[in-house]
Amino acid sequence: MSETRTLTTARDARRPSPPVRPVRSEKSHRLRGKILVYIAMSLFGMLFLFPLVFMFVSSLKPDAQILQDVDSVNAFLPTGDISLDNYFGVFDRVPVAQFLFNSVFVTVLTVGLGLIVNSMAGFALSRLQWKGRIVVLAVVIATLIVPFETIAVPMVYWVAQLPTLVIEGGVLKYDFGWLNTYEVQIVPFIANAFSIFLFTQYFSTIPKSLDEAARIDGASWFTIYRRILVPLSGPAFATVAILTFLPAWNQYLWPLMVVQKEELRPVMVGMQYFFQLNTAWGEVMAYTSLITLPVLIVFLIFQRAFVSSIAASGVKG
Amino acid sequence: MTVTPPTVAAEEPRRELRRFRSIKGRETWAGLGMIAPAGILLVLFLIIPVVLAFTLSFTNARLISPNPPRFVGMDNFVRAFTADPLFVQSVGNTAVFALVVVPVQAALGLLLAVLVNRRMRGVTAFRVIFFIPVVTSIVVVSILWKFMYQQDGLINSMIDALTFGLWSGADWLNDPQTALGAIIFMSIWQAVGFHMIIWLSGLQTIPEELYEAARMDGASPWRQFTNVTWPGLRPTMVFVLVTITIAALGLFVQVDVMTQGGPQGSTSTIVFHAVRKGYEQQEIGYAAAISLIFFVAVLIIALIQRRLTREKD
Repeated sequence: MSETRTLTTARDARRPSPPVRPVRSEKSHRLRGKILVYIAMSLFGMLFLFPLVFMFVSSLKPDAQILQDVDSVNAFLPTGDISLDNYFGVFDRVPVAQFLFNSVFVTVLTVGLGLIVNSMAGFALSRLQWKGRIVVLAVVIATLIVPFETIAVPMVYWVAQLPTLVIEGGVLKYDFGWLNTYEVQIVPFIANAFSIFLFTQYFSTIPKSLDEAARIDGASWFTIYRRILVPLSGPAFATVAILTFLPAWNQYLWPLMVVQKEELRPVMVGMQYFFQLNTAWGEVMAYTSLITLPVLIVFLIFQRAFVSSIAASGVKG
Repeated sequence: MTVTPPTVAAEEPRRELRRFRSIKGRETWAGLGMIAPAGILLVLFLIIPVVLAFTLSFTNARLISPNPPRFVGMDNFVRAFTADPLFVQSVGNTAVFALVVVPVQAALGLLLAVLVNRRMRGVTAFRVIFFIPVVTSIVVVSILWKFMYQQDGLINSMIDALTFGLWSGADWLNDPQTALGAIIFMSIWQAVGFHMIIWLSGLQTIPEELYEAARMDGASPWRQFTNVTWPGLRPTMVFVLVTITIAALGLFVQVDVMTQGGPQGSTSTIVFHAVRKGYEQQEIGYAAAISLIFFVAVLIIALIQRRLTREKD
């Protein structure tokens, strides 16, 4: 057995060709393995997809039919009374456009400002020699293990006391308390220890001789960062953008605690408006479909970048 | 400024050094300037809240209160373990959740990674499919499963069909016996794709030659897995186990959306309890103490991780 395997896998042209029978059994063995793998993957694939298929399909059906179809395979098929009524219903019930705008606004600013601030910090930590660099780097790495959940509650207490500028009747005044603002949803999440760590790691793989050459030509450090490091670090920026985009879009606990004003709330918290006395499940499904689709589309377009970002986050070990 | 050395020979390096220092001085300003935005934000929104969590946990602070916080020593910690049965129950639930989710999710993630780690037509499509629940918001996922878990919902009708009516399921989220299990099942379903990708990147670091050599020696697929794959995955394994454990300890959204800690506290978790105490009941001091207990647990796991990864070096 082991002899025939060696022969068939060695693919060595100089050797006499192996007897026909073992090759065939090997081939059919491989084919059987392949089919088994496809069957296993398909079963798992169905397991992973069925709730989402159910969600999208149900969003097109009236409530009564959703409940009726649960007993049959129709639950996964767009059959019967199909319409976009639930979607129109959603727009009547809540300010969806406002919620979507809030989420997009908060996400874009958090990710965009985060890329600038954290990459600059990564540059300072990986390519500049300055006093205290080692200490700052150690502090940044140490803070990696603080889960947001541990500081969420004290943070509410803290942001409620922070000073803020407000315009009142044309006069600029300052006030206290960041509750019910956009900045409370954005500013605390711009700087991110893990992003700084990833940038630091990536920048230190780029040859330092580039900096030296640019220095001799009289470039400032900021110019070196802007004109040399940033253009060379596309993958690092993509990784950080993806890893910060998902949590920013999916924020739930934090806005739940600090944003009570309806017009400032993001999509995830907007969910709460659907659970009243008689939950209209068709509309719930339409709303969840509506806030899931943008992310799914972004993911499907950039899936390669998504997968390598997650892999990169695991490599740090 | 400094004493001029008597010999000319020593002059050269010293001048060099001075020039070097002034360059270093400029670099220091550039460095401080570029770290400043991130540094200030991290101090304001990470370091100060951590210090605050620590100090508040020894006080009786309330979110909105006319009285300033008063120092109460260890009272909050004593209260958590002796006078708050729901906290003790929450610790137990969190532990059960982690003890089930960590091994099952890690193993299932590895199984999926092995399945899709091959050159076959359509394999990328399956990677994408397995990853879709991960990019779907956990809030959306929780609502969806809450609907499917109802007594006359989709899950029970599927169980009914698959067992030919022998078993018709349960009222999953309203039964203290099954509520936590239902949340566990859904949580594994949602996050396993993430860990599949991490395992997959670990699998791809194992050199193909090792497999070729093993096949030459006539090793069966199982032998190849135990003797080549598994030893090569050790660093990945530590990372996967630690990230799953920390994520599992932070269980919150699923509970908040699906059960609110009920029925009878059977799904309350440490973080859920802290948020309920601190935010809904305004007892910030007590909630900070619970958060600190949670943080100590995370810290212990992080230290174990360092231990395990150091051994490998």
